[in-house]
Amino acid sequence: MNFTPDQLKIMDSIIARYPRSRSAVMPLLHYVQALDGYVTPRGIEKIAELLEISTAEVTAVSSFYTQYRTEPAGEYHVGVCINTLCAVMGGDAIYDSLETHLGIKNHETTADGKVSIERIECNAACDYAPVVMVNWEFYDNQTPQSVKDLVDSARAGNPTPPTRGPKTLRTWKQNSEVLAGLSDGLANEGVSAGEATLLGLKIAKGGK
Amino acid sequence: MSKLTPVLSANWDDKDSFTIEGYKRAGGYQAVTKALAMEPDAVISMIKDSGLRGRGGAGFPTGSKWGFIPQGDNKEHYLVVNADESEPGTCKDMPLLLANPHVLIEGIIIGSYAIRANHAFIYLRGEVVHVFRRVQQAIEDAYKAGLLGKNIGGKGFDLELTLHAGAGAYICGEETALLDSLEGFRGQPRLRPPFPAIAGLYAKPTVVNNVESIASVPAIIKNGVEWFQTMGTEKSKGFTLYSLSGHVNNPGQFEAPLGITLRELLELAGGVRTGHKLKFWTPGGSSTPMFTDEHLDTPLDYEGVSAAGSMLGTKALQIFDETTCVVRATLRWCEFYKHESCGKCTPCREGTWWLVQMLQDLEDGKGTEADLAKLLDLCDNIAGRSFCALADGAVAPIISSLKYFRDEYLAHQRNGGCPFDPVASTLFKTVGA
Repeated sequence: MNFTPDQLKIMDSIIARYPRSRSAVMPLLHYVQALDGYVTPRGIEKIAELLEISTAEVTAVSSFYTQYRTEPAGEYHVGVCINTLCAVMGGDAIYDSLETHLGIKNHETTADGKVSIERIECNAACDYAPVVMVNWEFYDNQTPQSVKDLVDSARAGNPTPPTRGPKTLRTWKQNSEVLAGLSDGLANEGVSAGEATLLGLKIAKGGK
Repeated sequence: MSKLTPVLSANWDDKDSFTIEGYKRAGGYQAVTKALAMEPDAVISMIKDSGLRGRGGAGFPTGSKWGFIPQGDNKEHYLVVNADESEPGTCKDMPLLLANPHVLIEGIIIGSYAIRANHAFIYLRGEVVHVFRRVQQAIEDAYKAGLLGKNIGGKGFDLELTLHAGAGAYICGEETALLDSLEGFRGQPRLRPPFPAIAGLYAKPTVVNNVESIASVPAIIKNGVEWFQTMGTEKSKGFTLYSLSGHVNNPGQFEAPLGITLRELLELAGGVRTGHKLKFWTPGGSSTPMFTDEHLDTPLDYEGVSAAGSMLGTKALQIFDETTCVVRATLRWCEFYKHESCGKCTPCREGTWWLVQMLQDLEDGKGTEADLAKLLDLCDNIAGRSFCALADGAVAPIISSLKYFRDEYLAHQRNGGCPFDPVASTLFKTVGA
């Protein structure tokens, strides 16, 4: 199946952001994932053609970065931080109970295609440990039960909204489009900062 | 009175702190007017004189970095902001960008003007979609307000700003790997020299600065060098974000003068988890050798931490209490470095695999005392033998944990496995909580 003229126009606009076209390989890979759910052979071929590099060079880039997938992600991709701090604070327990609850392993997707899981590294939200990311949105201060409820709500089509993010959780493909640099207009939704972020400021202002 | 000095964080509690209106109401975009009325070299001198040092880990003076860019060379110059925050424990730049992306943009305009760059980039890690949205919206709004694009502020200065999402590679936080990644290659560090100031992005003179470093620039321009120097210590000037996480009652961000101590910060964070005591902590992310309760009064500035045998790093203070197994913590960090090794240099690529296997055996109670010597020998053959510092980071928790907790490694062997109950260190008492 070919990309549509509109999709090709978007790809051209991504390339136009950079002084040299090859720099567009990463956003183009994010865009292919937004369309196809993972880095597909047709995506690799199109990127190679547009950037005038070989398909091997595109594959070399996509295989280097963990966010680029060789298989479709679930509609809701759940990453549990298992780096030391989150793991110790409960991330290991959350991850184990999630595997059991869903009956799938790391990098696998539920049979209904709704939820995939991944053990992820530090996601720069340690003051909200244990941290879970769904479609790369922040879910702060999680417990095994809250994450079970979260994936159940997602499978039922009504996912719990992120802690610091838009009002409703978007799908993995939709969020991949944002990472390709295509705005979804949701920047103004959600809090400016969570409680932990504001703690020092609050104390400085004399609150407790 | 607390020692806190909110500057970057001063307006984060405004509901619209991340919008251009919110930022302007808080005094934003005044510094850029002032800077554009100065000579570019005068801006560089001012940042040099302020003593601002890189907030991304290495602590290199920001103004000197700017000064290294050759001027009058008829080449394009680039400013690249490193927003690839991924060092375990580090969580300052992402909340900063979520709450106030415009302060970064203002810093970028000033920095680009100073080094005479007409195109700047923000390399943002890809695993934070809402932060991406906020930064992208801020860039759009800055263009609309005439703060980016052609003839900024009517001063004849042009600047394009491009936001670029990474895709999950810690190594891209290393500046030359970041540049390779931004050029569309696998993110692998380059051999230096040449340094980025001579041959950076597209082999052109390039400055790579951390988010917090650039975000600190507008306040210095606006309030002056003397004001900045009223905060901090002799060689570590100014304010900075300290991030407390882990076994403390109230984790969070604390903006304070450089040189504050963990004892003081812990007091602000409500102390170590009630009923528990401090066991070990990192001063600046997992790559910085760990400290113990001996170091509660170490001044957290570049010199103080370094004199005590570690590094200030990213000021990511990860606190662990006595329920935490230091071998488990070290193993998990080492697994991270193994996973994130880019594969370019053999000591790192192969060495991190060996380290993980040895640490796993030790954690499982299958290691011996002789293994500890072998482990240190391995570390000695890995550290300092690669293009970049990733492998140095991998051995830092091992060497430092062995220094302070050697017997705990051996206790695993005596016990026939890990003597700690992992449930005791979680925030919920039972797995069903």
